[in-house]
Amino acid sequence: MAVVWIPTLLRPMAGGAETVRVSGATLREVIDNLDQQHPGLRDRILDGGLIRDEIALAIGSDQATDLSLAVAADDEVHILPAIAGG
Amino acid sequence: MVTPTKPDYKVIGTRPLRPDGIDKVTGRAQYGNDIKQAGMIQGQILRSPHAHANIKRIDTSKAAALEGVKAIVTGADLPIVTGDTRAENSINVLAGAKALYRGHAIAGVAAVNAHVAQQAIDLIEVEYEVLPPVLDVRDAMHAEAPVIHDSLRTTSMAGKGENPTNVAAQIGFNFGDIEKGFAECDEIVEGEFCTKMVHQGYIEPQACTAMWNPDGQLVIWTSTQGSFPVRKDTSEILNHPISKVKIIPTEIGGGFGGKIPVYLEPVAALLSKKSGRPVAMHMDRTNVFEGTGPTGGTSIKAKIGATKDGKLIAGYADMAYEGGCFPGSSVTMGAMAMFAPYDVEHVKIDGFDVVVNKPKTQDYRAPGAPAASFALEQLVDELAEKLGIDPLKLRAMNSSHEGTRGPGGMPFSRIGQEECIEAALNSAHYNTPLEGPNRGRGVASGFWFNVGLRSSVNVSVQPDGTVNLVEGNTDIGGTRASLSMQLAETLGIEYGDVKVTVVDTDSVGYNDVTAGSRTTYATGMAANKAGLNLIDEMKKLLAPKWQVELDSIQFADGVFSSGEKSGTFKEAAGIVVGANGAGLTASGSVSAGVLVGGGFGLHIVDVEVDPDTGKTQVLRYTVIQDAGTAIHPSYVEGQMQGGAVQGIGWALNEEYYYDEDGRMANSSFLDYRIPTTLDVPMIDTIIVEVPNPTHPFGVRGVGEVGIVPPLGAIANAVSHATGVRQTQLPMSPRRILETTQGIE
Amino acid sequence: MAGRVHVTTRLNGEETDFLCEPRQSLLEVLRDVIGLTGAKEGCNNGNCGACNVILNGKLVNSCCVLGAEVQDAEITTIEGVAQGDHLHPLQNSFLENAALQCGICTPGFIVAAKALLDSEPDADEARVRHWLAGNLCRCTGYDKIVRAVLDAGEEMRKTPASTR
Repeated sequence: MAVVWIPTLLRPMAGGAETVRVSGATLREVIDNLDQQHPGLRDRILDGGLIRDEIALAIGSDQATDLSLAVAADDEVHILPAIAGG
Repeated sequence: MVTPTKPDYKVIGTRPLRPDGIDKVTGRAQYGNDIKQAGMIQGQILRSPHAHANIKRIDTSKAAALEGVKAIVTGADLPIVTGDTRAENSINVLAGAKALYRGHAIAGVAAVNAHVAQQAIDLIEVEYEVLPPVLDVRDAMHAEAPVIHDSLRTTSMAGKGENPTNVAAQIGFNFGDIEKGFAECDEIVEGEFCTKMVHQGYIEPQACTAMWNPDGQLVIWTSTQGSFPVRKDTSEILNHPISKVKIIPTEIGGGFGGKIPVYLEPVAALLSKKSGRPVAMHMDRTNVFEGTGPTGGTSIKAKIGATKDGKLIAGYADMAYEGGCFPGSSVTMGAMAMFAPYDVEHVKIDGFDVVVNKPKTQDYRAPGAPAASFALEQLVDELAEKLGIDPLKLRAMNSSHEGTRGPGGMPFSRIGQEECIEAALNSAHYNTPLEGPNRGRGVASGFWFNVGLRSSVNVSVQPDGTVNLVEGNTDIGGTRASLSMQLAETLGIEYGDVKVTVVDTDSVGYNDVTAGSRTTYATGMAANKAGLNLIDEMKKLLAPKWQVELDSIQFADGVFSSGEKSGTFKEAAGIVVGANGAGLTASGSVSAGVLVGGGFGLHIVDVEVDPDTGKTQVLRYTVIQDAGTAIHPSYVEGQMQGGAVQGIGWALNEEYYYDEDGRMANSSFLDYRIPTTLDVPMIDTIIVEVPNPTHPFGVRGVGEVGIVPPLGAIANAVSHATGVRQTQLPMSPRRILETTQGIE
Repeated sequence: MAGRVHVTTRLNGEETDFLCEPRQSLLEVLRDVIGLTGAKEGCNNGNCGACNVILNGKLVNSCCVLGAEVQDAEITTIEGVAQGDHLHPLQNSFLENAALQCGICTPGFIVAAKALLDSEPDADEARVRHWLAGNLCRCTGYDKIVRAVLDAGEEMRKTPASTR
């Protein structure tokens, strides 16, 4: 089971949890399963099946831009604001 | 330089001359306002004198009657667009029903020359109903503040608020248990800090030339950090197909984030369409201050706590950032960068993006981070004083490292904060005692990301074995050189054998902005990939020529070989390209995400503060920064030094000085004082190299980190020089006298 | 159209003439009438030095000089600093020292530094910083620019002017 870190402002939707254990072989499956446990979360992360422009996902310390990437047991999944620069 | 094991690069790490250098030292290089097109006329913009007003009526008839006037446009000439961001971009380019800040563009005129255009501008009559302006970020958050946009609701990841407000967005980060954390602390320090709106200060004002051809093909020459975003924004604002818009980037005279949005381009395009002539527009310096995108002022309340041995346990910040007239401050990025140098278990941040009647704010080099660092680095300094621990040693004790939960909770991969601290402890500067009255030394850490995003380049081999590199990133600080060097290293050829060209949006694949510390990183990755693809293509053509199996051909150190056959890149090019006569081309495209690296910096500064005038003289300054791998060390040093000096200006002098009507009283270079040669000493640099695991050559973006530590470092130095801590920027002579002598 | 003035001047060593309106600055004349765009407009009110030219031996902000004022004057712009394809020591030094990033302020700095070194070839760091305080740069922090000017000064002291 992966460990999904819930963004602070979404924690009320996850019963206040900072992290949630979720099964899934790929990033997409993990997000779908997260949504099963806490309905509504997927729509905050994805829009029409793609990662929202304002969101960046990471598996451990590596950004993941491809939802079909494999997620291993005990991997951390992070949901972060996408940043830019000047 | 401090380097762990580094490969034996042939080109990377050397200091060749940049390929565009001669054009730039002879005045031949063409910047935004240097384009001449046959029949070209000049455009000018009418701007709102009021910070907040309903626009009741615009009468352009007298302007239209002036001889020499060829076209006039207002917001009514822009198509209606849907989507919040697009609508905001459109309204910012030409106002709709309201003037939202002094300097807001109201109308555009094109005439036979700039003087007639200005005369026409002065003849346009506008009836305003002036409204009270909202000018302070905390005041704007109050329930009783005038609401700038009736339709604005507070947005957060959790959803939308219900009531009209000036608080456009709320963000938050919360790790561990902040109350438990502070309860465990032996020493807690806190403070309230405030910074003012400041401008990127690029010396070249915005400038462009647009030609709307009768067949609908729109060509725009413009000084920009991103020709592809300009193409997209222009297409959306004008509701004109992207396929009919071509953006030709000129050379650019500085950007720092401020030349990413469009301001003049859609107006010039419309004026060209109406007049049938090419229209050139550029801003004067007052327009730049009042009508582009400075970075917003901030109000930060912060608190940190540690054990008596110096272990940081908890950190809290409440950060309110100005977004200007529309949402879009950099509070989220500031929040993410703030605690990055420190391994702290309990961190809570509340952040607010707030609208005020000032120009729509825009990224300015490490957006959000300098103000956050100004607050936190001073609290760390205070803690060090209270605990009797050297400020660098305190940072070392609490340093982030690989695995530390960094921005937003994601663990860091390999980073160089510890190495930067070590370099500082060993530096000549830090080991030279500072003597004399009214003098103080300050240090500060800082962090910034490098984004990756998308880049695409083409490479072609010429019969003589030289290689053309075609790319789409405008060269603000030496990237033609750094990209050529990475390609030369990949191919095992000499730097001088790569010829690089920056091209328009029709001529190369998609490239994201020259910003975000990404060009040497991501476009370099694309160049490397293109080079590797080129090697593969050459192998395929060599195999039949050498009469060997394709997969027997190796390429290493610039040499192809198979069994006893071998040839350098040049020799192989002669065989596969020269013999065939035809060119050989390959491309490389990357889409590299946004959280792909990031680097740390640490600044040491000595100041002397004159107790009678309050003036701060910077005596000595050292910038230490982790570049991952310094491709061209001179240009890495340049980024470090440039960022530091912008920080010096921001810390000591720069601010948008507003009167109560929302008018910037100092909108010229005379009174908005950026540093001159007399304000700064030589800026010493120490490049640390802890390679970035996500890049083939270990590159970390270096463009932005340099502006993050100066505000805190100088504030700490001033505090030690005067005994008074400065919580407001700028630390101008007046401010220093007010706080040290109680002078009103 | 306001009545135009016919002006004859010596520009980068060549006799040049042009027509201009009385309200046009020398900067505008150079860029828009004559077509030499090396001098840049950074502020248009004498505060940034990007428009520096040398007028009758003096360093000026060409945005603060009228085109109509330069009758019979000698003007040197950035385009006149190199001799044919032979770069001036300042130009070489700026390149070698990486003293430019975006390059917009570079023409102004090179003209200003030339005016200094032509009259004070021994200028030291303090004098160089004082002289160049009227030229704003936002990219470099001035470190490499000052080094480049000092290096060029050293080079120029070694080499007689006639052979540069």
